[in-house]
This record gives sequence, structure tokens and C-alpha cells, in this order.
Amino acid sequence: MGRRDLLSPGFFYFALLALLLYAPILLLIVFSFNDSRTLVFPLKGFTLQWYTELWGARELLEAVVNSLVLGVLASAVATILGTMAAIGIARFNFPGRNLFLAVSAMPMVIPYVVLGVALLILFAQLGIPLSLWTVGVGHVVINIPYVMLIVASRLAGFNPSLEEAAMDLGETYWGTLRRVTLPMCAPAILSAFLSSFTTSFDEFAVSFFLIGSESTLPIYLYSQLRFPSRLPLIVTLAAIIMVASMALVIFSEWLRRVGQTTTAAGEA
Amino acid sequence: MTDLAVELRNVTKVFVDRSSLGRDLTAVEQINLSVAAGEFFTLLGPSGCGKTTTLRMIAGFEAATRGEILIQGRAMTRVPPNRRPVNTVFQNYALFPHLTVAENVAFGLVVKRVPRAERKRRAEEALELVRLSGMGRRRPSQLSGGQQQRVALARALINQPAVLLLDEPLGALDLKLRKEMQFELKRLQRQVGITFIYVTHDQEEALIMSDRIAVMERGRVLQVGDPMAVYEWPSARFVADFVGETNFLSVVFVSFLNDLAVVDLCGVNAYAQIRGEPLTSGQPTTVTIRPEKVVLTKLNQDGHFKLAGTLEDIVYLGTDTRYVVRLTSGETLVARIQNTSERGLGGDYDIGERVNVSWSPKDARVLTS
Repeated sequence: MGRRDLLSPGFFYFALLALLLYAPILLLIVFSFNDSRTLVFPLKGFTLQWYTELWGARELLEAVVNSLVLGVLASAVATILGTMAAIGIARFNFPGRNLFLAVSAMPMVIPYVVLGVALLILFAQLGIPLSLWTVGVGHVVINIPYVMLIVASRLAGFNPSLEEAAMDLGETYWGTLRRVTLPMCAPAILSAFLSSFTTSFDEFAVSFFLIGSESTLPIYLYSQLRFPSRLPLIVTLAAIIMVASMALVIFSEWLRRVGQTTTAAGEA
Repeated sequence: MTDLAVELRNVTKVFVDRSSLGRDLTAVEQINLSVAAGEFFTLLGPSGCGKTTTLRMIAGFEAATRGEILIQGRAMTRVPPNRRPVNTVFQNYALFPHLTVAENVAFGLVVKRVPRAERKRRAEEALELVRLSGMGRRRPSQLSGGQQQRVALARALINQPAVLLLDEPLGALDLKLRKEMQFELKRLQRQVGITFIYVTHDQEEALIMSDRIAVMERGRVLQVGDPMAVYEWPSARFVADFVGETNFLSVVFVSFLNDLAVVDLCGVNAYAQIRGEPLTSGQPTTVTIRPEKVVLTKLNQDGHFKLAGTLEDIVYLGTDTRYVVRLTSGETLVARIQNTSERGLGGDYDIGERVNVSWSPKDARVLTS
């Protein structure tokens, strides 16, 4: 990049965007090492106190574990159901296909708050007590359409004659699914799982309505904002989560690209 | 009678349009075909003629709406693709990108639970057969188009099918490679002795490779025969037109003369072969003559008969020269003459020159359909 490019309007635009996006994250990380309970400049000094205190915050850690378990289970279920739906939509022409597609994509356009209230009413009517399980059901519902879209776009991107070829070579339908369709969708399926996990991990609105006595991380964090003294702990936890989820996003994007190059090559 | 590899009896395929438009499409209509064991059989026709649909019905990817398909004498109506003794080479090869070349080739053997060591050995043999030894560990994406084509062949042949189905397998290759592969495929077919059913829209390809050709148009088979029969004795105007270049001339039938027909072409008596078509004197009909069989002469030289015309266009094509003659009747006739130095390499004539054309009576055909 030459000196000229640094002065161009395009570069300023980019720099402004990057600043707005990343400066808060950077501040978060900086303050997590700051030796003060208030988040103001100038910085007081370097400390690892918040990280050690975090380790002892039992309730908070419980919320983290809840969110991790919930995220993994809900995403796994959503990934399995969403993948099945994607295969159905991409490969079979059945009556009511469009209706099925529309219905299963609904959660994408319904505001989460509305969805949360609706599910709350449903569970109340059915007499199901609220718990992490009900939150899990909510998260599965939220994630299915995204999984479906990610996997279906992969299925649409590869030639159906690959599956015909497998059957032509003697494989049964299930054998074809196991040896061709699923391996070729594997990067997309994993990437769908990871994106479900991230959604589930920081989901607040639906969780807020459906949660029982336990807490997920976002709900716990929100409840702690009333106590200013605990702010540095929250900042520290946020910093850790930020770094971890960045790593996850980069990994899943890398997976998606690996998947794309293998397809492109196969159909060249 | 020789063993039949594949038999189609009154096969019809209708694609039902489930949308509100309800425009059903009859892709294949009342087809009857018999392919002998070990034959190189080609389905030839323009796109949309139903040749690929026919192939897919034999493979089992489409079900016939009516009629019956038999492979080695067994009815295939309820047999799914994975249990038919056929394998397909797809138009776009359909190699599995997530597997290596050797794994692609051995795919069918895994289904048959062939032990690993034997799989490996047979995959190597199959790759050797298509001249790709040592490529087994590569990915399909690392191979050229021609090499991928060979992998697709090896992957199908390794299963020793009764019939190999090929759907325009050379369509994606460049001209030179395609020519090479045409002879390569023919060699391979002779070597393995498997029945090939080959789909193409390239008439030259069909003539080069086939033992027999079925010419299709709009879901119907118009003519089945060996390449020479189809080229020299087209049964219909469409066949004559689609296979090679040809001229059609409107004539009036005059009389029979042994196995020839005498026809009136703008007041000149011309001759053409005829095969049993019932014609009466004065009936209008069509004569077809291939451009390479037209004899072009300077004005007023000897010939079997003489039609007069004016040279409208001359194109030098390397091996031969293409002349367009406007006859006195107003019709145009194309002649292609080999370029030899005796004929001045095609430079003996000028545009606008008056010339005579004629042909040997045995080279022209009367077409009634």
C-alpha cells in the first residue's frame, strides 16, 4: 500500500469502521488488566486480580458451564434436524415443500422477543416447568433455519450427479448419504454447528423468557450489571469470551473456505 | 440371433409438470431398440431429442412411463440403479472431489465388500487400462479434463458392467483431445468387450466410433443402422440433414429405370437411387445429394446429365473447397471438391462463373419422408 492509498477517502472509511468495531473490544481487553474498579482513563496499573477473582466466582462459572453445555447440546440437535431438513428440501420434490420451507424459515424473521413470549405461553399451557431444557428447545428452534440455509446452500452447490454416480456404482441411498453426501457437506455442517453454538451462547431474549432458576451467561451478566463493584469481573470474562469466539469464527470461516475449494475443484 | 445386452420395448417417458401450468413433456415416445452384446451403440440427435432421457432410463435414474426395458433379458422396471448391471460415465464426470483418484476408482468395489488389498490391485489395473498409472494418490481436482475423463471410465469399468452408458463424455474436452479420446474409447471398447451405449449430438463422433447408430428426433427413433447405412441411405430428410452436410432438391418423379428413379429437375432428366418407395409419374418429391458427390464442371463438358448454374460463393477449406451453385431453378446446391493440384487447388473457378453440375446416379437418393 502506497502513501497515496493511505490518504484516500476509502481508507478513511475503512479506518473509521475498524475503529468503531474493534476499539471497544480492545478497550475491554485493556481494562481487564487495569488495577481499578472504575472503567476510566487514565489506567491505574497492571493487575491479574480480576482473572484470579473470576476463578473464584462460583455462580458466574456455573452460568458459563450452563451456557457451554446448552450451546453444545442445542446446536447439536439443531444441526442434526437442520441438516435433515436441508437434504429433504434440496434433494426431494415432495408436496408441500414450499410450505415446509416457509414454516421452517419463520424463526429467522420473527423477533426473538416475540418468539420467547410465544414459547413461554406454549410451555405454560402444556404445564412444562421452565428450566435450561426449555431454553434449549428455544435455541434449537432459533438455530434450525440457519443450519438449514448453510447446509442447503452447500447441497445446491454440488452436482446431484455425484449422488447418482454413487448409486450407479452400486451404493444404496443410505450408503450414498454416508459415503458422498455427508462427507461433502461436512465442512458446511461443522460450520453450521459452530455458528449455532455462537448464537446460542450469547442469546438473551429467548433465554430470558424461558429460563428457570438457573442462569445462562448472558442472563447472569445482565443481572450483575446492577452491582458496579462486579463490573471489572464482567469485563474480564467478556474479554476471554471475545478472544475465544474470535478464534471460533476464524476457524469456522476457514472450514467453509476449505469446503468451497474442494467443491469448485470437483466440478471444474 | 446374438445375445441382446439391452432391449427397449415401446418405451415412453412423459415428464409431468406439477406446476399450475401443467405442461407435460413427452421426452421419449414409443422407442424400440435392441443392442447386441459387445456392440458400440450410439444414440445420436440434437439436444432435447430424448437421447439422454433414454440413457437415464436404462441406468435407472428415470422410470419409463410406459413400456419395458430389459438388460440381458431381465426386466428392469422395478430394479433401482444400484442393482442394475450397468455403469455410467457422466457428462461432467461426477468424480467425488473428497476422495483420491484411487478411492474414486475403487468406489464400486467397496460396495461389493472386496478386500482392501484386492481393491488396491484392481484399482491400479483399471488406472493402467486408461493409461493413468501412478496417479492414484492425486485428487480429481489435480487432473486435467482428459485425465478426469479417464478416471470416470476406470471407475465405471472396474465393476465389469454388462453395459457401459456414456453421456456425451467428450463434450467438455477441446477438439484435439476429443479426437484422441474418440479413438481411445473405441480401442478400450474392443479391449474390454463391454457393450457401450453412447449418447452424443456430434454426428462425426457417432460415425467414427459406432457399430450402429440410432438417430433420434423429438423423442422418436428415426433410423437405426451402421454408420455407412445412416450416411448413405438416410431414411428421412431429418437424418440426411443431421448426419453430415447435404443438398435437398425439389424434383418431379418421372419413371423407374431398373433400380433408379428418373426425376425431372427444371426440365432436365436427373437420376437418383430409390428403395421401393411407391411413386407415380408427376408426383413431386425430394432428391438428396451429398456435397462431396456433386461433380462440378466448366460449362458444356460431358457428364451423366447437366444442370446449369452460377457460382455464388467459393470457400477454401484446406482439404477441399466449398462451392455454392445457384441453379436455374433458383435452388442452391453445395459442392465440395477435394483440393488437388490437378484441380488447381480449388482455384479453377471464379465467383459469378457459369458452370455445370451433375452426379453419378448411384450417389443421389430419393427421399419421400
